[in-house]
Amino acid sequence: MSSFFSFSDPNVQMVTLGVMLLGAGAAIVGCFTFVRKRALVGDAIAHAVLPGICLSFMITGQKHPLWLLAGAVVTGWLSLLFMDYITHRTKLKADAAIGAVLSLFFGLGILLLTAIQHSGSAQQAGLDKFLFGKAASLTQQDVIVFGLTTLLVLLVVFTFFKSFKLLAFDRDFAHAIGLPVRLLEFVLSTITVLSVATGIQAVGVVLMAALLITPAAAARFWTDSMQRMTGLAAGFGIVAGFFGAFVSYTAPSMPTGPWIVLLLSAIAVISVLLAPRRGILARWLLQAENSRKMLAENILKSFFSLSAKKEAISEADILEARPFSVTGLGRGLRRLQRRGLVQQSAPRTWQLTETGQIESRRVVRLHRLWELYLSHKLGLPADHVHNSAEAMEHLLTPEVEQHLLEELEYPVLDPHDSAIPYDIKTDAP
Amino acid sequence: MNAFWIILTGTLVAICGGLLGAFLLLRKMSMVGDAISHAVLPGIVIAYLLSGSREVLPMLVGAAAFGVFATVVIEALYRKARLQSDAAIGITFTGLFALGIVLISLFAGQVDLDLDCVLFGEIAYVPIDVWITPGGINMGPRAVWVTGGLLVLVLAMIGIGYKGLLLTTFNPEHAASIGISVAFWHYLLMSAVSVTTVVSFESVGAILVVAFLIVPPATAYLLTNKLKPMLALTVLFGLGAAVGGYYLASWIDGSIAGAMSVVAGVFFTAALVAKHKR
Repeated sequence: MSSFFSFSDPNVQMVTLGVMLLGAGAAIVGCFTFVRKRALVGDAIAHAVLPGICLSFMITGQKHPLWLLAGAVVTGWLSLLFMDYITHRTKLKADAAIGAVLSLFFGLGILLLTAIQHSGSAQQAGLDKFLFGKAASLTQQDVIVFGLTTLLVLLVVFTFFKSFKLLAFDRDFAHAIGLPVRLLEFVLSTITVLSVATGIQAVGVVLMAALLITPAAAARFWTDSMQRMTGLAAGFGIVAGFFGAFVSYTAPSMPTGPWIVLLLSAIAVISVLLAPRRGILARWLLQAENSRKMLAENILKSFFSLSAKKEAISEADILEARPFSVTGLGRGLRRLQRRGLVQQSAPRTWQLTETGQIESRRVVRLHRLWELYLSHKLGLPADHVHNSAEAMEHLLTPEVEQHLLEELEYPVLDPHDSAIPYDIKTDAP
Repeated sequence: MNAFWIILTGTLVAICGGLLGAFLLLRKMSMVGDAISHAVLPGIVIAYLLSGSREVLPMLVGAAAFGVFATVVIEALYRKARLQSDAAIGITFTGLFALGIVLISLFAGQVDLDLDCVLFGEIAYVPIDVWITPGGINMGPRAVWVTGGLLVLVLAMIGIGYKGLLLTTFNPEHAASIGISVAFWHYLLMSAVSVTTVVSFESVGAILVVAFLIVPPATAYLLTNKLKPMLALTVLFGLGAAVGGYYLASWIDGSIAGAMSVVAGVFFTAALVAKHKR
């Protein structure tokens, strides 16, 4: 292990650098695959390079990386054309086309691979490393060829980044502004096939889809910008590549692909759960905060209508006026108390503070303004506006409120002829 | 006699996979079938580790659990995390499959499975692994009994549940409106696919079972628009793939499972060409 981290062995340096480059290349290309919703196409291409590798070996009789790469690219491209033909010319849907092409090419790859193994050729040992990847078995020649190919891929992506982005998000628009859409698609497909053909050195054909798609999907949770997403995905790919090289050296009997994919999956799980804003936890917290806010505002509304008769209001009164859950009401009241909007005057009996009165009038005012807006400006009948107002009262911002007031010319009554409550201090006409 | 047992096993797997695959195809869920066939691997390995043997029942339970788990994760990524569906499928099955391979590598000494077996099974060894009753009677290959039993179950499910499967496949809204549970048939089908994957696992491997799940139904679908002829054609192409694949493999001395999926693919391509000419 220490011999790995000291990087004293130049071969370790080469391979580690090479595999990190492969990881970054696949992740960057994978961002476009992801945005074009072709994740599973990437999976099929990855499986389809196997027969190409085997055929190349059968024809040349050697494992020179350049020939293997050529074979891989040929069958990878063929599978892509085959899938396009099936989806465009037959009634089969994309997923069936992908599955059929994947099984046909991969079955052929396995058949050829086993035939080569049974042929007893001494040269063939190591071809099966393409199934699950094994970074440590890369030769210096391999690293040079695959590293240079990845650099080429990266160069193409950086040169055409804007065009690719347009193509991926809005093909019709790209076509309309005169971009050579078909040529760009050809280039993009070619670099996808190339990065698959090189990426399998690290993870193998079976799990290659993950090297393309998992970093991109994980990065998507952290940002809305394509540039940042690509950068982040590349970072994940580099980390995974480094980890793969590490596993390959410390545990020579292990296939490296699955470890790399497990690491990437862990990154994806963390992103899905914890990423700010888009992550599940962040959205869940936001939802919880929103429902607490709605609960509090609904309680304030009940206070408003009950306060017309008396000041001190018992919890039973509130529950009678509006069907809160008992525990929900208790939580909401304590929250309002902490914010200084209500105070407890006797056990289970509450009254609004001064700020609470202002706040309750604000919510009721928004409700009634919105009802009035719907019935006056949009012509909805008065008995159809309540439900919409129940939702909107929690969403309207002070700016929108001001617009509504001006638009409706500071109205006095709502569509049900109830007075719209104003606060003299804040919004006198 | 060996050839007969191997072809029979292949045919049984092809028919089970094909019949279920036809419904997956019509539900536009072919790649979910692919995902499940990968995702059951950790379930199989864990069952091996816990039971310490190749007993069928623990494997079925483990695999069905992970198969359903995979569909739940895919659904959650799609609905809760709002990830696009292709990426949700891709991430889930690669992650679970990788977990399975890592477990196999870690417990290589305790799990009687190797990576080759995962990929293309050991159908050539089917005739060797015979079932001998406690009374000492040779009942023939174990795999034939297991896959035969599976076929009976699959046929029973489709026979008894034909209406439910049909309605929830073609018109889920109508099915729901007349009180047929769409979720029930969904998860029943997913469990059946998981179980088929496990049972097929030892013969054709976790990956090439996809060839039987997807390719014969896709070929049949190209040639007919009706469900019953489609199911019949699926069975026919499955049978053809098993027979042709066996002889192709012995001719070029390669993997039988690989050859079977190649022959299935040849039928598929031929159907495409025939369609194109017309």
